[in-house]
Amino acid sequence: MAKTTSWETVMGLEVHVELATKTKIFCSCTTEFGGDPNTHCCPVCTGMPGVLPSLNRQVVNYAVKAGLATNCTITQYNKFDRKNYFYPDLPKAYQVSQLYLPICRNGGIEIEAEGGGKKIIGIHEIHMEEDAGKLVHDPWTDSTMVDYNRCGVPLIEIVSEPDFRSANEVIRYLEKLKAILQFIGVSDCKMQEGSLRADINLSVRPVGSDKFGTRTEMKNMNSFKAIARAINGESKRQIEVLEEGGVVKQETRRWDDNKDASFAMRSKEDAQDYKYFPEPDLIPIEISDEFIENTRNSLPELPEAKRQRYVSELGLSEYDAAQITSSKYLVALFEENLAAGYPAKEIANWIMGEVMRMLSDSGKEPEEMGFEYKYLGALIGMVQKNEITRNTAKKVFKSVFEEGCDPVKYVEENNLKTVTDTGAVKAAIEEVVAANQKSVDEYKSGKEKALQYLIGQSMRALRGKADPQTVTAILKEILG
Amino acid sequence: MVITDELVTYLEALGRIKLPEESRAKAQSDLQEILQYIDTLSELDTEGIEPMSHALPLTNVMREDEVAPSIPAEDVLANAPAQKDNYFLVPRSFD
Repeated sequence: MAKTTSWETVMGLEVHVELATKTKIFCSCTTEFGGDPNTHCCPVCTGMPGVLPSLNRQVVNYAVKAGLATNCTITQYNKFDRKNYFYPDLPKAYQVSQLYLPICRNGGIEIEAEGGGKKIIGIHEIHMEEDAGKLVHDPWTDSTMVDYNRCGVPLIEIVSEPDFRSANEVIRYLEKLKAILQFIGVSDCKMQEGSLRADINLSVRPVGSDKFGTRTEMKNMNSFKAIARAINGESKRQIEVLEEGGVVKQETRRWDDNKDASFAMRSKEDAQDYKYFPEPDLIPIEISDEFIENTRNSLPELPEAKRQRYVSELGLSEYDAAQITSSKYLVALFEENLAAGYPAKEIANWIMGEVMRMLSDSGKEPEEMGFEYKYLGALIGMVQKNEITRNTAKKVFKSVFEEGCDPVKYVEENNLKTVTDTGAVKAAIEEVVAANQKSVDEYKSGKEKALQYLIGQSMRALRGKADPQTVTAILKEILG
Repeated sequence: MVITDELVTYLEALGRIKLPEESRAKAQSDLQEILQYIDTLSELDTEGIEPMSHALPLTNVMREDEVAPSIPAEDVLANAPAQKDNYFLVPRSFD
Protein backbone atom coordinates (compact mmCIF):
# COMPACT_ATOMS: atom_id res chain seq x y z
CA MET A 1 0.00 0.00 0.00
CA ALA A 2 1.37 3.39 -0.95
CA LYS A 3 1.88 5.70 1.98
CA THR A 4 -0.24 8.75 1.30
CA THR A 5 -0.37 10.17 4.79
CA SER A 6 2.32 12.35 6.27
CA TRP A 7 2.34 12.50 10.02
CA GLU A 8 2.79 15.12 12.67
CA THR A 9 4.13 14.39 16.16
CA VAL A 10 2.46 16.24 19.04
CA MET A 11 4.11 16.36 22.45
CA GLY A 12 3.69 17.84 25.89
CA LEU A 13 6.24 17.72 28.70
CA GLU A 14 6.11 17.21 32.44
CA VAL A 15 9.40 18.36 33.89
CA HIS A 16 10.26 17.58 37.51
CA VAL A 17 12.87 19.85 39.03
CA GLU A 18 14.45 19.37 42.45
CA LEU A 19 14.69 22.72 44.20
CA ALA A 20 18.05 23.90 45.56
CA THR A 21 16.86 24.22 49.15
CA LYS A 22 19.08 23.09 52.01
CA THR A 23 16.30 21.09 53.66
CA LYS A 24 13.38 18.92 52.61
CA ILE A 25 9.95 20.37 51.91
CA PHE A 26 8.24 19.29 55.17
CA CYS A 27 11.12 18.55 57.59
CA SER A 28 14.62 19.81 58.37
CA CYS A 29 16.57 16.84 56.96
CA THR A 30 19.29 17.75 54.48
CA THR A 31 18.62 17.51 50.73
CA GLU A 32 22.27 16.78 49.97
CA PHE A 33 22.65 14.30 47.09
CA GLY A 34 23.91 10.81 47.93
CA GLY A 35 24.81 9.87 51.49
CA ASP A 36 24.57 6.38 52.97
CA PRO A 37 21.10 4.85 52.60
CA ASN A 38 18.45 6.17 55.01
CA THR A 39 20.79 8.60 56.78
CA HIS A 40 18.97 11.78 55.64
CA CYS A 41 15.70 10.73 57.24
CA CYS A 42 13.51 11.53 60.22
CA PRO A 43 10.06 10.50 61.49
CA VAL A 44 8.36 13.10 59.22
CA CYS A 45 9.88 12.06 55.88
CA THR A 46 9.58 8.35 56.66
CA GLY A 47 5.88 8.71 57.48
CA MET A 48 5.88 7.67 61.13
CA PRO A 49 2.45 7.83 62.78
CA GLY A 50 1.53 11.06 64.53
CA VAL A 51 4.04 13.39 62.85
CA LEU A 52 3.10 16.70 61.28
CA PRO A 53 4.67 18.31 58.22
CA SER A 54 6.09 21.82 58.47
CA LEU A 55 6.42 23.73 55.18
CA ASN A 56 9.81 25.10 54.11
CA ARG A 57 9.37 28.81 53.28
CA GLN A 58 12.10 28.67 50.64
CA VAL A 59 10.08 26.17 48.56
CA VAL A 60 7.32 28.74 48.12
CA ASN A 61 9.86 31.47 47.33
CA TYR A 62 11.53 29.32 44.68
CA ALA A 63 8.26 28.19 43.12
CA VAL A 64 7.11 31.81 42.80
CA LYS A 65 10.46 32.77 41.26
CA ALA A 66 10.24 29.93 38.74
CA GLY A 67 6.69 30.97 37.86
CA LEU A 68 7.57 34.63 37.34
CA ALA A 69 10.65 33.76 35.26
CA THR A 70 8.44 31.66 32.96
CA ASN A 71 5.73 34.31 32.61
CA CYS A 72 3.14 32.55 34.78
CA THR A 73 0.33 33.99 36.86
CA ILE A 74 0.87 33.29 40.56
CA THR A 75 -2.00 31.67 42.45
CA GLN A 76 -2.44 33.82 45.54
CA TYR A 77 -4.47 31.32 47.56
CA ASN A 78 -2.66 27.98 47.63
CA LYS A 79 -3.41 24.59 49.12
CA PHE A 80 -1.78 21.19 49.11
CA ASP A 81 -3.56 17.96 48.21
CA ARG A 82 -2.89 14.32 48.93
CA LYS A 83 -2.25 12.01 46.02
CA ASN A 84 -2.79 8.50 47.34
CA TYR A 85 -1.00 5.54 45.91
CA PHE A 86 0.50 2.42 47.33
CA TYR A 87 4.11 1.91 46.34
CA PRO A 88 7.22 1.37 48.46
CA ASP A 89 8.91 4.60 47.31
CA LEU A 90 6.33 6.50 49.40
CA PRO A 91 6.39 5.57 53.09
CA LYS A 92 3.20 7.55 53.86
CA ALA A 93 1.37 5.86 50.95
CA TYR A 94 0.52 9.34 49.68
CA GLN A 95 2.43 12.16 48.05
CA VAL A 96 1.72 15.73 49.09
CA SER A 97 1.18 17.65 45.86
CA GLN A 98 -1.08 20.37 44.44
CA LEU A 99 -3.97 19.33 42.23
CA TYR A 100 -6.70 21.95 42.58
CA LEU A 101 -4.73 25.14 43.10
CA PRO A 102 -1.22 24.89 41.59
CA ILE A 103 1.03 27.80 42.57
CA CYS A 104 1.69 29.01 38.97
CA ARG A 105 -0.49 28.93 35.85
CA ASN A 106 -0.66 30.12 32.23
CA GLY A 107 2.97 30.87 31.47
CA GLY A 108 5.21 30.24 28.51
CA ILE A 109 8.73 30.20 27.12
CA GLU A 110 9.75 31.40 23.65
CA ILE A 111 11.89 29.04 21.57
CA GLU A 112 13.15 28.84 18.00
CA ALA A 113 10.52 26.95 16.03
CA GLU A 114 11.40 23.93 13.89
CA GLY A 115 10.76 25.69 10.57
CA GLY A 116 12.53 28.92 11.66
CA GLY A 117 11.02 31.86 13.50
CA LYS A 118 9.91 31.89 17.12
CA LYS A 119 7.15 30.09 18.94
CA ILE A 120 5.80 30.13 22.46
CA ILE A 121 5.59 26.86 24.37
CA GLY A 122 2.74 27.30 26.81
CA ILE A 123 3.17 26.35 30.47
CA HIS A 124 -0.12 25.00 31.76
CA GLU A 125 0.92 25.00 35.41
CA ILE A 126 3.73 24.61 37.93
CA HIS A 127 2.95 22.89 41.20
CA MET A 128 4.91 22.08 44.36
CA GLU A 129 5.29 18.53 45.61
CA GLU A 130 7.61 16.13 47.41
CA ASP A 131 10.00 13.67 45.78
CA ALA A 132 9.75 9.94 46.46
CA GLY A 133 12.42 7.53 47.73
CA LYS A 134 14.78 5.56 45.55
CA LEU A 135 14.19 1.89 44.72
CA VAL A 136 17.08 -0.43 43.89
CA HIS A 137 16.53 -3.93 42.63
CA ASP A 138 18.46 -6.55 44.61
CA PRO A 139 19.19 -9.50 42.31
CA TRP A 140 20.46 -11.67 45.21
CA THR A 141 17.18 -11.74 47.09
CA ASP A 142 15.03 -10.77 44.08
CA SER A 143 13.62 -8.05 46.32
CA THR A 144 13.50 -4.28 46.19
CA MET A 145 15.77 -2.19 48.40
CA VAL A 146 14.44 1.21 49.49
CA ASP A 147 16.40 4.34 50.39
CA TYR A 148 14.34 7.30 51.68
CA ASN A 149 17.08 9.95 51.54
CA ARG A 150 15.41 11.57 48.53
CA CYS A 151 11.95 11.21 50.01
CA GLY A 152 10.59 14.69 50.80
CA VAL A 153 13.10 16.62 48.70
CA PRO A 154 11.10 19.55 47.26
CA LEU A 155 10.10 19.41 43.61
CA ILE A 156 8.30 21.66 41.23
CA GLU A 157 6.55 19.96 38.34
CA ILE A 158 6.35 22.14 35.24
CA VAL A 159 3.57 20.99 32.95
CA SER A 160 3.65 22.31 29.39
CA GLU A 161 0.84 22.56 26.86
CA PRO A 162 0.99 20.01 23.99
CA ASP A 163 2.85 22.57 21.86
CA PHE A 164 5.88 20.58 20.67
CA ARG A 165 6.10 19.24 17.11
CA SER A 166 9.66 17.88 16.99
CA ALA A 167 12.50 16.54 19.13
CA ASN A 168 14.49 19.72 18.41
CA GLU A 169 11.75 21.89 19.86
CA VAL A 170 11.68 19.74 23.00
CA ILE A 171 15.45 20.00 23.43
CA ARG A 172 15.44 23.78 22.87
CA TYR A 173 12.69 24.18 25.45
CA LEU A 174 14.53 22.03 27.99
CA GLU A 175 17.79 23.90 27.41
CA LYS A 176 16.01 27.23 27.90
CA LEU A 177 14.15 26.03 30.95
CA LYS A 178 17.34 24.65 32.48
CA ALA A 179 19.21 27.91 31.84
CA ILE A 180 16.39 30.00 33.35
CA LEU A 181 16.15 27.84 36.48
CA GLN A 182 19.92 27.88 36.95
CA PHE A 183 20.10 31.67 36.48
CA ILE A 184 17.42 32.36 39.07
CA GLY A 185 19.12 29.89 41.39
CA VAL A 186 16.14 27.65 42.15
CA SER A 187 17.79 24.41 40.97
CA ASP A 188 21.16 23.12 39.83
CA CYS A 189 19.30 21.07 37.15
CA LYS A 190 21.87 18.25 37.10
CA MET A 191 20.29 15.62 34.92
CA GLN A 192 22.86 12.99 35.87
CA GLU A 193 21.80 13.38 39.54
CA GLY A 194 18.13 13.41 38.62
CA SER A 195 17.50 17.00 39.65
CA LEU A 196 15.86 17.65 36.26
CA ARG A 197 13.70 14.83 34.85
CA ALA A 198 11.37 14.99 31.88
CA ASP A 199 8.36 12.81 31.07
CA ILE A 200 7.09 13.09 27.51
CA ASN A 201 3.48 12.68 26.39
CA LEU A 202 3.53 11.87 22.69
CA SER A 203 0.95 11.19 20.02
CA VAL A 204 0.92 11.34 16.22
CA ARG A 205 -1.78 12.52 13.80
CA PRO A 206 -2.12 13.09 10.07
CA VAL A 207 -0.80 16.51 9.04
CA GLY A 208 -3.71 18.95 8.92
CA SER A 209 -5.79 17.14 11.53
CA ASP A 210 -6.89 19.19 14.52
CA LYS A 211 -7.66 16.18 16.73
CA PHE A 212 -5.08 14.61 19.01
CA GLY A 213 -4.17 10.95 18.59
CA THR A 214 -3.94 8.53 21.52
CA ARG A 215 -0.87 9.40 23.55
CA THR A 216 1.75 7.40 25.36
CA GLU A 217 3.87 8.68 28.21
CA MET A 218 7.62 8.03 28.24
CA LYS A 219 9.76 8.01 31.36
CA ASN A 220 13.32 7.13 32.24
CA MET A 221 15.35 9.53 30.14
CA ASN A 222 18.46 11.02 31.69
CA SER A 223 20.02 13.15 28.96
CA PHE A 224 18.97 15.47 26.16
CA LYS A 225 20.38 13.05 23.60
CA ALA A 226 18.39 10.14 25.05
CA ILE A 227 15.27 12.31 24.97
CA ALA A 228 15.78 13.10 21.28
CA ARG A 229 16.30 9.42 20.45
CA ALA A 230 13.28 8.40 22.52
CA ILE A 231 11.03 10.91 20.74
CA ASN A 232 12.14 9.83 17.28
CA GLY A 233 11.87 6.14 18.19
CA GLU A 234 8.40 6.45 19.71
CA SER A 235 7.00 8.61 16.84
CA LYS A 236 8.22 6.01 14.38
CA ARG A 237 6.68 3.18 16.40
CA GLN A 238 3.27 4.88 16.61
CA ILE A 239 3.26 5.75 12.88
CA GLU A 240 4.07 2.13 12.02
CA VAL A 241 1.25 0.86 14.26
CA LEU A 242 -1.23 3.24 12.60
CA GLU A 243 -0.05 2.58 9.05
CA GLU A 244 -0.50 -1.13 9.60
CA GLY A 245 -4.08 -0.43 10.63
CA GLY A 246 -3.46 -0.86 14.35
CA VAL A 247 -4.40 1.29 17.33
CA VAL A 248 -2.03 3.06 19.70
CA LYS A 249 -2.67 2.00 23.28
CA GLN A 250 -2.66 4.61 26.00
CA GLU A 251 0.14 3.46 28.27
CA THR A 252 3.31 4.42 30.06
CA ARG A 253 6.48 3.32 28.28
CA ARG A 254 10.03 3.11 29.51
CA TRP A 255 12.75 4.23 27.10
CA ASP A 256 15.71 1.87 27.00
CA ASP A 257 18.53 3.90 25.51
CA ASN A 258 20.80 0.86 25.13
CA LYS A 259 18.24 -1.04 23.10
CA ASP A 260 17.12 2.14 21.29
CA ALA A 261 13.49 1.17 21.89
CA SER A 262 10.66 1.81 24.35
CA PHE A 263 8.77 -0.85 26.31
CA ALA A 264 5.28 -0.77 27.82
CA MET A 265 5.33 -0.30 31.61
CA ARG A 266 1.74 -0.23 32.73
CA SER A 267 -1.50 0.24 30.91
CA LYS A 268 -3.51 3.34 31.75
CA GLU A 269 -6.80 1.39 31.58
CA ASP A 270 -6.20 0.07 35.06
CA ALA A 271 -4.46 3.30 35.92
CA GLN A 272 -3.98 4.42 39.48
CA ASP A 273 -6.93 6.02 41.12
CA TYR A 274 -5.18 8.65 43.19
CA LYS A 275 -8.20 9.61 45.34
CA TYR A 276 -7.00 13.19 45.70
CA PHE A 277 -8.28 15.21 48.62
CA PRO A 278 -7.16 18.45 50.35
CA GLU A 279 -4.20 17.85 52.68
CA PRO A 280 -5.57 18.29 56.21
CA ASP A 281 -2.16 18.56 57.90
CA LEU A 282 -1.08 21.71 56.06
CA ILE A 283 -2.79 25.06 56.19
CA PRO A 284 -3.29 27.28 53.15
CA ILE A 285 -0.64 29.68 51.85
CA GLU A 286 -1.59 33.20 50.89
CA ILE A 287 0.78 35.08 48.61
CA SER A 288 0.47 38.86 48.68
CA ASP A 289 0.76 41.26 45.74
CA GLU A 290 3.69 42.82 47.54
CA PHE A 291 5.53 39.49 47.83
CA ILE A 292 5.01 38.82 44.12
CA GLU A 293 6.29 42.29 43.15
CA ASN A 294 9.32 42.01 45.44
CA THR A 295 10.17 38.61 43.99
CA ARG A 296 9.75 39.91 40.45
CA ASN A 297 12.09 42.81 41.20
CA SER A 298 14.67 40.49 42.73
CA LEU A 299 14.98 38.28 39.64
CA PRO A 300 18.37 38.54 37.95
CA GLU A 301 18.69 39.35 34.25
CA LEU A 302 17.26 36.28 32.48
CA PRO A 303 19.11 34.46 29.66
CA GLU A 304 16.86 35.86 26.93
CA ALA A 305 17.47 39.47 27.99
CA LYS A 306 21.20 38.77 28.31
CA ARG A 307 21.30 37.28 24.82
CA GLN A 308 19.72 40.38 23.33
CA ARG A 309 22.02 42.69 25.27
CA TYR A 310 25.14 40.74 24.24
CA VAL A 311 24.16 41.28 20.60
CA SER A 312 22.99 44.89 20.78
CA GLU A 313 25.47 46.31 23.31
CA LEU A 314 28.51 44.06 23.08
CA GLY A 315 28.37 43.28 19.37
CA LEU A 316 28.45 39.48 19.69
CA SER A 317 26.92 37.41 16.90
CA GLU A 318 23.41 35.99 17.47
CA TYR A 319 24.86 32.48 17.52
CA ASP A 320 27.65 33.21 20.00
CA ALA A 321 25.27 35.12 22.28
CA ALA A 322 22.78 32.25 22.23
CA GLN A 323 25.43 29.64 23.01
CA ILE A 324 27.01 31.58 25.87
CA THR A 325 23.67 32.47 27.50
CA SER A 326 22.58 28.83 27.38
CA SER A 327 24.59 28.21 30.55
CA LYS A 328 24.86 30.13 33.79
CA TYR A 329 28.48 28.97 34.01
CA LEU A 330 29.51 30.13 30.53
CA VAL A 331 27.89 33.48 31.33
CA ALA A 332 29.85 33.68 34.58
CA LEU A 333 33.07 32.89 32.69
CA PHE A 334 32.23 35.56 30.11
CA GLU A 335 31.07 38.27 32.50
CA GLU A 336 33.84 37.88 35.06
CA ASN A 337 36.45 38.46 32.35
CA LEU A 338 34.42 41.25 30.77
CA ALA A 339 34.29 42.99 34.14
CA ALA A 340 38.09 42.58 34.36
CA GLY A 341 38.35 44.69 31.21
CA TYR A 342 39.03 42.16 28.45
CA PRO A 343 37.32 42.74 25.07
CA ALA A 344 33.89 41.04 24.73
CA LYS A 345 34.57 39.60 21.29
CA GLU A 346 37.91 38.15 22.29
CA ILE A 347 36.41 36.41 25.35
CA ALA A 348 33.50 35.16 23.23
CA ASN A 349 35.92 33.78 20.62
CA TRP A 350 37.81 31.88 23.29
CA ILE A 351 34.60 30.47 24.78
CA MET A 352 33.19 29.49 21.39
CA GLY A 353 36.55 28.04 20.32
CA GLU A 354 38.82 26.52 22.94
CA VAL A 355 36.36 26.28 25.85
CA MET A 356 33.67 24.57 23.75
CA ARG A 357 36.25 22.27 22.18
CA MET A 358 37.65 21.21 25.56
CA LEU A 359 34.11 20.69 26.93
CA SER A 360 33.18 18.57 23.97
CA ASP A 361 36.46 16.57 24.00
CA SER A 362 36.19 15.84 27.72
CA GLY A 363 32.43 15.21 27.68
CA LYS A 364 32.00 17.74 30.49
CA GLU A 365 29.15 20.15 31.17
CA PRO A 366 29.95 23.85 31.71
CA GLU A 367 29.17 23.47 35.45
CA GLU A 368 32.06 21.03 35.69
CA MET A 369 34.71 23.53 34.54
CA GLY A 370 37.25 23.27 37.32
CA PHE A 371 39.51 26.25 36.66
CA GLU A 372 39.32 29.78 38.01
CA TYR A 373 37.41 31.90 35.50
CA LYS A 374 39.96 34.74 35.72
CA TYR A 375 42.60 32.45 34.18
CA LEU A 376 40.96 32.81 30.77
CA GLY A 377 41.39 36.58 31.03
CA ALA A 378 44.99 36.12 32.13
CA LEU A 379 45.68 34.15 28.94
CA ILE A 380 43.94 36.72 26.76
CA GLY A 381 45.99 39.42 28.48
CA MET A 382 49.29 37.65 27.78
CA VAL A 383 48.37 37.34 24.10
CA GLN A 384 47.37 41.01 23.95
CA LYS A 385 50.70 42.05 25.44
CA ASN A 386 52.53 39.78 22.97
CA GLU A 387 53.99 37.82 25.88
CA ILE A 388 52.87 34.55 24.32
CA THR A 389 51.66 33.64 20.86
CA ARG A 390 48.06 32.66 20.20
CA ASN A 391 49.16 29.08 19.53
CA THR A 392 51.05 28.88 22.81
CA ALA A 393 47.98 30.31 24.57
CA LYS A 394 45.82 27.52 23.16
CA LYS A 395 48.24 24.90 24.42
CA VAL A 396 48.42 26.53 27.83
CA PHE A 397 44.62 26.66 28.01
CA LYS A 398 44.52 22.88 27.69
CA SER A 399 46.50 22.61 30.93
CA VAL A 400 44.36 25.31 32.56
CA PHE A 401 41.18 23.41 31.63
CA GLU A 402 42.46 19.97 32.52
CA GLU A 403 44.52 20.71 35.62
CA GLY A 404 43.25 24.10 36.73
CA CYS A 405 46.76 25.57 36.75
CA ASP A 406 47.51 29.29 36.81
CA PRO A 407 48.50 30.21 33.21
CA VAL A 408 50.87 33.01 34.23
CA LYS A 409 52.89 30.65 36.44
CA TYR A 410 52.64 27.88 33.87
CA VAL A 411 54.10 30.10 31.14
CA GLU A 412 56.84 31.23 33.52
CA GLU A 413 57.75 27.73 34.72
CA ASN A 414 57.75 26.20 31.25
CA ASN A 415 59.62 29.11 29.70
CA LEU A 416 56.96 29.70 27.04
CA LYS A 417 57.25 33.47 26.70
CA THR A 418 57.59 34.82 23.20
CA VAL A 419 61.19 35.65 22.35
CA THR A 420 61.06 39.41 21.88
CA ASP A 421 64.78 39.85 21.57
CA THR A 422 65.05 40.26 17.76
CA GLY A 423 68.78 39.56 17.95
CA ALA A 424 68.07 36.09 19.36
CA VAL A 425 65.34 35.47 16.78
CA LYS A 426 67.66 36.55 14.00
CA ALA A 427 70.44 34.29 15.22
CA ALA A 428 68.13 31.28 15.34
CA ILE A 429 66.86 31.96 11.83
CA GLU A 430 70.36 32.40 10.46
CA GLU A 431 71.23 28.95 11.77
CA VAL A 432 68.17 27.46 10.06
CA VAL A 433 69.06 29.17 6.78
CA ALA A 434 72.65 27.88 6.96
CA ALA A 435 71.48 24.34 7.62
CA ASN A 436 68.91 24.25 4.79
CA GLN A 437 70.78 25.45 1.72
CA LYS A 438 68.59 23.32 -0.57
CA SER A 439 65.37 25.04 0.54
CA VAL A 440 67.04 28.42 0.27
CA ASP A 441 67.97 27.67 -3.36
CA GLU A 442 64.45 26.46 -4.11
CA TYR A 443 62.99 29.63 -2.64
CA LYS A 444 65.32 31.76 -4.70
CA SER A 445 64.28 29.88 -7.84
CA GLY A 446 60.67 30.92 -7.08
CA LYS A 447 59.24 28.09 -4.97
CA GLU A 448 57.00 29.75 -2.34
CA LYS A 449 56.54 26.43 -0.55
CA ALA A 450 60.20 26.41 0.44
CA LEU A 451 59.61 29.60 2.42
CA GLN A 452 56.84 27.93 4.41
CA TYR A 453 59.22 25.11 5.21
CA LEU A 454 61.90 27.54 6.42
CA ILE A 455 59.36 29.41 8.55
CA GLY A 456 58.30 26.10 10.07
CA GLN A 457 61.88 25.13 10.84
CA SER A 458 62.58 28.55 12.37
CA MET A 459 59.47 28.38 14.56
CA ARG A 460 60.52 24.93 15.68
CA ALA A 461 64.04 26.16 16.48
CA LEU A 462 62.42 28.93 18.55
CA ARG A 463 60.05 26.39 20.17
CA GLY A 464 57.03 28.30 18.93
CA LYS A 465 57.85 31.23 21.12
CA ALA A 466 58.28 33.84 18.40
CA ASP A 467 55.64 35.79 16.59
CA PRO A 468 55.27 34.11 13.14
CA GLN A 469 54.96 37.47 11.36
CA THR A 470 58.23 38.70 12.83
CA VAL A 471 59.91 35.43 11.86
CA THR A 472 58.64 35.71 8.27
CA ALA A 473 59.82 39.28 7.98
CA ILE A 474 63.31 38.52 9.30
CA LEU A 475 63.59 35.42 7.13
CA LYS A 476 62.68 37.37 3.99
CA GLU A 477 65.18 40.02 4.92
CA ILE A 478 67.98 37.44 5.30
CA LEU A 479 67.07 35.71 2.06
CA GLY A 480 67.06 39.08 0.31
CA MET B 1 -23.69 5.73 44.91
CA VAL B 2 -24.10 1.97 45.16
CA ILE B 3 -21.25 -0.17 46.47
CA THR B 4 -21.20 -3.16 44.13
CA ASP B 5 -19.14 -6.31 44.48
CA GLU B 6 -16.97 -5.06 41.58
CA LEU B 7 -16.28 -1.86 43.49
CA VAL B 8 -15.12 -3.91 46.49
CA THR B 9 -12.71 -5.76 44.18
CA TYR B 10 -11.44 -2.42 42.82
CA LEU B 11 -10.89 -1.07 46.35
CA GLU B 12 -8.99 -4.25 47.23
CA ALA B 13 -6.71 -3.65 44.24
CA LEU B 14 -6.09 0.01 45.17
CA GLY B 15 -5.28 -0.91 48.77
CA ARG B 16 -3.17 -3.93 47.76
CA ILE B 17 -5.20 -6.11 50.10
CA LYS B 18 -7.29 -9.27 49.72
CA LEU B 19 -10.42 -9.55 51.86
CA PRO B 20 -11.31 -13.01 53.15
CA GLU B 21 -14.26 -14.37 51.13
CA GLU B 22 -16.57 -14.39 54.18
CA SER B 23 -15.88 -10.69 54.89
CA ARG B 24 -16.75 -9.34 51.44
CA ALA B 25 -20.49 -9.07 51.97
CA LYS B 26 -20.01 -7.32 55.32
CA ALA B 27 -17.45 -4.90 53.84
CA GLN B 28 -19.88 -4.11 51.04
CA SER B 29 -22.76 -3.30 53.42
CA ASP B 30 -20.50 -1.39 55.84
CA LEU B 31 -19.18 0.80 53.03
CA GLN B 32 -22.74 1.40 51.86
CA GLU B 33 -23.76 2.48 55.37
CA ILE B 34 -20.79 4.84 55.63
CA LEU B 35 -21.75 6.49 52.36
CA GLN B 36 -25.37 6.84 53.49
CA TYR B 37 -24.23 8.42 56.72
CA ILE B 38 -22.12 10.94 54.85
CA ASP B 39 -24.99 11.59 52.45
CA THR B 40 -26.92 13.21 55.27
CA LEU B 41 -24.59 16.18 54.76
CA SER B 42 -26.03 16.77 51.31
CA GLU B 43 -29.42 17.47 52.91
CA LEU B 44 -27.96 20.72 54.27
CA ASP B 45 -28.58 23.93 52.38
CA THR B 46 -25.08 25.25 51.61
CA GLU B 47 -26.24 27.99 49.26
CA GLY B 48 -23.95 31.01 49.55
CA ILE B 49 -21.46 29.38 51.93
CA GLU B 50 -17.79 29.61 50.98
CA PRO B 51 -16.05 26.20 50.77
CA MET B 52 -13.56 25.84 53.59
CA SER B 53 -10.30 23.97 53.06
CA HIS B 54 -9.15 23.94 56.66
CA ALA B 55 -10.67 24.06 60.12
CA LEU B 56 -8.09 26.51 61.51
CA PRO B 57 -8.29 30.23 60.70
CA LEU B 58 -4.57 30.30 59.87
CA THR B 59 -2.43 30.79 56.77
CA ASN B 60 1.30 30.88 56.00
CA VAL B 61 2.75 28.84 58.84
CA MET B 62 6.21 28.07 57.52
CA ARG B 63 9.66 27.29 58.82
CA GLU B 64 13.06 28.62 57.76
CA ASP B 65 15.28 26.53 55.46
CA GLU B 66 17.76 25.45 58.14
CA VAL B 67 19.17 21.94 58.41
CA ALA B 68 18.62 19.99 61.63
CA PRO B 69 20.16 16.58 62.33
CA SER B 70 18.39 13.54 60.92
CA ILE B 71 18.00 10.42 63.04
CA PRO B 72 20.39 7.44 62.89
CA ALA B 73 19.72 4.93 60.12
CA GLU B 74 19.26 2.15 62.67
CA ASP B 75 16.38 4.12 64.22
CA VAL B 76 14.88 4.78 60.79
CA LEU B 77 15.04 1.04 60.13
CA ALA B 78 14.02 -0.07 63.64
CA ASN B 79 10.53 -1.17 62.59
CA ALA B 80 11.47 -2.55 59.18
CA PRO B 81 10.23 -6.13 58.70
CA ALA B 82 13.32 -6.80 56.60
CA GLN B 83 16.47 -4.85 55.82
CA LYS B 84 19.77 -5.20 54.03
CA ASP B 85 22.83 -2.91 54.07
CA ASN B 86 20.76 -0.14 55.71
CA TYR B 87 18.08 -0.36 53.03
CA PHE B 88 14.49 -1.38 53.68
CA LEU B 89 13.90 -4.68 51.92
CA VAL B 90 10.44 -5.11 50.39
CA PRO B 91 8.88 -7.56 47.94
CA ARG B 92 9.97 -7.01 44.36
CA SER B 93 8.17 -3.88 43.13
CA PHE B 94 9.38 -3.10 39.64
CA ASP B 95 7.14 -3.02 36.58
